[in-house]
Amino acid sequence: MKESRLFPWLGVIFGATYFLVPLIATFEFSLRMERGRYSFEAYRIVLADPYFQASFGYSAVIAVCTILVGIALSVPTAYVVQLKLPRLRPVVEFITLLPLVIPAIVIVFGYLRMYNSSSWLPLTSSARGTDLLLTFSYVTLALPYMYRSVDTGLRAIDVRTLTEAAQSLGSSWPRILLTVILPNVRVAVLSGAFLTFAIVIGEFTMASLLNRPAFGPYLQRIGANRAYEPAALAIIAFAITWACMGLINLFAAMGRQTQRR
Amino acid sequence: MAFLTIEKLVKTFGAQTTVKGIDLAVERGEFVTLLGPSGCGKTTILRMIAGFETATSGTIRIDGKDVTNLRPNQRHIGMVFQAYALFPNMSVADNIAFGLKVARKPSAEIAARVKEMLELIKLPDLGDRYPYQLSGGQQQRVALARALAVKPQILLLDEPLSALDAKIRISLREEIRAVQRALGITTIFVTHDQEEALSMSDRICVINEGNIEQLGTPFEIYNYPKTRFVASFVGTLNILNGRVLDSTSGRLSIDDQEVITARGIGGASTGDTLALALRPEALSIGHANGGSNNLTGTIDEVHFLGSVVRIRVRFKDNIVSLDTFNRPHSAPPERGQPVTVNFTREDILVLDRPTI
Ligand SMILES: Nc1ncnc2c1ncn2[C@@H]1O[C@H](COP(=O)(O)OP(=O)(O)OP(=O)(O)O)[C@@H](O)[C@H]1O
Ligand SMILES: [Mg+2]
Repeated sequence: MKESRLFPWLGVIFGATYFLVPLIATFEFSLRMERGRYSFEAYRIVLADPYFQASFGYSAVIAVCTILVGIALSVPTAYVVQLKLPRLRPVVEFITLLPLVIPAIVIVFGYLRMYNSSSWLPLTSSARGTDLLLTFSYVTLALPYMYRSVDTGLRAIDVRTLTEAAQSLGSSWPRILLTVILPNVRVAVLSGAFLTFAIVIGEFTMASLLNRPAFGPYLQRIGANRAYEPAALAIIAFAITWACMGLINLFAAMGRQTQRR
Repeated sequence: MAFLTIEKLVKTFGAQTTVKGIDLAVERGEFVTLLGPSGCGKTTILRMIAGFETATSGTIRIDGKDVTNLRPNQRHIGMVFQAYALFPNMSVADNIAFGLKVARKPSAEIAARVKEMLELIKLPDLGDRYPYQLSGGQQQRVALARALAVKPQILLLDEPLSALDAKIRISLREEIRAVQRALGITTIFVTHDQEEALSMSDRICVINEGNIEQLGTPFEIYNYPKTRFVASFVGTLNILNGRVLDSTSGRLSIDDQEVITARGIGGASTGDTLALALRPEALSIGHANGGSNNLTGTIDEVHFLGSVVRIRVRFKDNIVSLDTFNRPHSAPPERGQPVTVNFTREDILVLDRPTI
């Protein structure tokens, strides 16, 4: 009995060490900016840096836009596939997984070719246009996560019967989507949204190549030029990601409570 | 003209024809049940009436108006599903109000109607609850209220009771019938449970493999089944083989014992073997005089079912089951005991009559 428990525990301890040691070391290092004592000086400097605030704010806005576009794209698609075109499901799943297979740099070069200032849709010729392009590239990047969680959420409810019940009560398609389907996949949509947020906040390649003042390039720039601040930034970015994960779990738990079926 | 008229309704899925040309006329306020085994096409017929499935051919008219090609949200039909299908994100009151809100009724009218419906389904205090806080039976009552709140022209119910346990099922079927009578709403009810069909319906439409086998009142369907399928599907039935001794007087031989049927066996000739049917409740134990049929055999099996005792009697090749009431003061008969079974001449149904 005791022996059989030993190995799983060893595994857990090994895994925890693997993840925690670098994290703790980074944290410890980030506190050593002032000679001879621990302080949060590096954090103070980072948080007071106007570039930090600007780039983080920019990325947060882009993340929210990405989430909204992602929801508007994924929810109706997953709904229609589930309800009317179940045979298309493997195809759609394959397409939504492509961004995981194709490197971001390839996607962004593709975009730059398609939408450069001499193309038929010159998105990159203005800052707003490039923001739009960046948002759409992030939608692509986050699609596997968003689509998957929406699809899972839809599978957990009886989409067909709920739709038919609403239809027989006189409801139109847009109304069914907004008042019946969306509220019932709220939890799934939220977890997709937080994953999207975490991805967008840390993304470097696309923002850098499109030359937008996002958080990812800022992280990279600080990392190349300073000693202690990057460590503090890494810890902050890590905390944001974990907060997102925590929120996903929280909403999922709340969802289980209110939607026990 | 009938309120709901279905003419030559056909539905094919790919190469398979599921509904094979059905004609049905339902009067205003009538409660008609579609009864049939699993996969016979009941749900498909109902879904075509609701508009969720488009008919391959044929017409559906409601109150004289052709609705065959209308979308479901244009048909004014109330539907109750087997899976309760309440909107999980809405309270009971909001569920009931849904159709009224879609129809943009004033909020005072909606509130009054919701209250009225909650009283109708006898759940006046549960308006604020959410579906997951209700039992299956309560959910199904709310689903009924939601469908009825918009005053639909026709109410369609697809096996609404089959997910519930036996006790609730019986009380709810009485309740559904009472609500239906109170509102006088034309109703089509789908079930594969013959007891449900017999106890609730004005008329039963027995369906087999996409065709109507028989349409009639529960009394007619049960007592005068027209086909072997109806006879065996509705109620428990003993089927025996009988040899014709004399077709004009209706004399038959069952395992070398003579019986007489009052139902015509006109086309049969002496020596033919016919399939005969006897309802368990038509049989009783003991010898009867006065023109009744008597068959002697031995007791094969005794099942004690509570208020009823079901006894199986073997003659030679033929076996029948019969029901007697449980009497606490007399023990049921025992296996192997010889016994005489009697039934009247009218009780023998002749299922397979050779064509003339
Ligand atoms: N959308 C569909 N596509 C293909 N075949 C279908 C479809 N819907 C129903 N069928 C077929 O039609 C036949 C009848 O189905 P239907 O659901 O009407 O049966 P039912 O009488 O309601 O049975 P049950 O009592 O099991 O609900 C079945 O063989 C089924 O496989
Ligand atoms: Mg069915």
